[in-house]
Amino acid sequence: MAGQTLFQKVWDSHVVTGTDPSLLYVDLQLVHEVTSPQAFAGLAQSNRRVRRPDLTLATIDHGVPTTDRHLGIRDRLSKTQIDALRANCATHGITLFDLDDPRQGIVHVIAPEQGLTQPGMLIVCGDSHTSTHGAFGALAFGIGTSEVEHVLATQTIWQSRPGSMAIEIDGQLPWGVSAKDLILGAITAIGVSGGGKHVIEYRGAAVEALTMEERMTVCNMTIEAGARAGMIAPDETTFAYLKDRPFAPQGQDWDLALEAWTTMRTDPDAVFDATHHVDASRLVPHVSWGVNPAQTVGIDGEVPHPETFTDHLQRDSAVRALQYMDLDPGTPMTDIVIDHVFIGSCANGRLEDLRAAARVAEGKSVKNGVSAIVVPGSMQVKAQAEAEGLDRIFTSAGFEWRDAGCSSCLAMNPDVIPPGGRCASTSNRNYEGRQGRGARTHLVSPAMAAASAITGHFVDVREWEPR
Amino acid sequence: MKPVRAITGTMLHMDRADVDTDQIIPQQFLKRIERDGYGEFLFHNWAHHDNGELNHEFIINHPQRSGARVLIAGPNFGCGSSREHAAWAIQDWGFEAVIAPSLADIFKNNAANIGLLPIELDGEHVAVLFDIATDPAAVIDIDLLEQTIVSGELTLEFDINPNVKERLLGGIDTIGVTLGHGEAISAHESRRPSWMPMTTAGGAA
Repeated sequence: MAGQTLFQKVWDSHVVTGTDPSLLYVDLQLVHEVTSPQAFAGLAQSNRRVRRPDLTLATIDHGVPTTDRHLGIRDRLSKTQIDALRANCATHGITLFDLDDPRQGIVHVIAPEQGLTQPGMLIVCGDSHTSTHGAFGALAFGIGTSEVEHVLATQTIWQSRPGSMAIEIDGQLPWGVSAKDLILGAITAIGVSGGGKHVIEYRGAAVEALTMEERMTVCNMTIEAGARAGMIAPDETTFAYLKDRPFAPQGQDWDLALEAWTTMRTDPDAVFDATHHVDASRLVPHVSWGVNPAQTVGIDGEVPHPETFTDHLQRDSAVRALQYMDLDPGTPMTDIVIDHVFIGSCANGRLEDLRAAARVAEGKSVKNGVSAIVVPGSMQVKAQAEAEGLDRIFTSAGFEWRDAGCSSCLAMNPDVIPPGGRCASTSNRNYEGRQGRGARTHLVSPAMAAASAITGHFVDVREWEPR
Repeated sequence: MKPVRAITGTMLHMDRADVDTDQIIPQQFLKRIERDGYGEFLFHNWAHHDNGELNHEFIINHPQRSGARVLIAGPNFGCGSSREHAAWAIQDWGFEAVIAPSLADIFKNNAANIGLLPIELDGEHVAVLFDIATDPAAVIDIDLLEQTIVSGELTLEFDINPNVKERLLGGIDTIGVTLGHGEAISAHESRRPSWMPMTTAGGAA
């Protein structure tokens, strides 16, 4: 019998009953204010309780302002939603990292930094970027509100088993090319539905060399390839990251955990249902030109001509994208002028991301007419960055330094890009209207975003940063 | 959830790939805590001009489509965000089924969980339905029990997970079913490793 993949091992260890679908046990459910109120209302309507509040963690991230928090939430609807989460957590005894908690932040940033995300766990959240947690070798995926309610009530979820897909990333990332460029390159290669009905395992020398924060960036954007989840086998990098985090195992439990975690890798003779290869050494910094994350090219490239797409749907999509983005085919990416910069999100709002952006921004000034904000992924990231002086580098250069939240990634809070605005964004989605109606989003790495803030257009950060 | 059995009605077709849930229901409409009333915001940014007026060219605003019951869509429909609001909006507008060459995984689950019948068909068959649906009066009949679709000259069978089919036909409360597996869930819980975290223990602020 062939060996098992990491995904199969984690899946099998969570099956309570059934085959297609299987009832899977959930080790951790993360909850936020936007996709949970109707789930809690459903529970109340049926007189049901939360089975395991001790395996549930809530925070407030999507709708929170990133400035002047002491003034409270001024958006009436957002306030109602946030107050509902507070009341629901109080009723059911769920731990909530509220706005006054130093651990508040984006749900996919705080669980890993608290040590709650661990190898071999099954983690769900009413948010598609739950794939982030797969960076630790957890099986983690986004779910809808009906499923949120189901998990609250039963601590389980019905799922049909997806296929397994390997993305083998060999070689070494060149200098100036980031994990964001790696995943944008992979998505561009396999397409926004290329991972559909599969769980991706990222493998290979380039993946093993990534830090945990870089791995989270890669797994975060797995959903942008349509995959159910993304995973990376836990290794010494993972264990070193977890050691001594607040919710990580302690003492004898740490030894037991380590013993279990080291078995969580794909057997040498395991067979994947599909395999793709990416050569990391050939990657360059990427910039998206269109309205989905696969509509992306290298910074040394140009806005494509729609007729170069052979598939008629992709061609139509490119035509509409160029119209929305107000771009002409053949325009060099370095000629595109931006007026907004957003550095943050669950893709790129961690300490290493802010360090990369600060290295570029240090001693420089944001171009006149460019509005640039830095939104740490959590209040802990914010505190760590301030301890290193990154906030002063940003503010001296003319960036705004904000409080933690999802912010301009999806513009549910006041950080909306105005109609016609063009934003270099470290977030994960460049959909039409994502950052505000009529706003145009270009996905880039933190270093690329910082460099564009200073020049006012996209530049090749490989020529920018001193080696 | 209301049981789903047979669906008969006219169609609305949207021949685009990769329609994401941000287009189906934009973020500004996700701030409500209610579960219904999202239909009027369906495809809001495409259905309205920048000045807020209705975009009469957009198919959802064509008066002869107002009674459509089946949405015919392109590949990878419903990709992106997990927001169930997308499925709620489609159902609240009046649709009872979505047919596409492929549906994004989370959207497909969300649709099935609220009784919006998700059907994936070969691209060639969807292309035929696109042709038929250009006539706003053309009718489609979907029979979930028999797993058949009939429209114009087209008669075909479709695949669906037997468990999903049973839930839809019965309008079954899935949570109720799962609570019936309480012993198996408790047994699994008792085997759960001691090193796995609990959110109520440890982790001082």
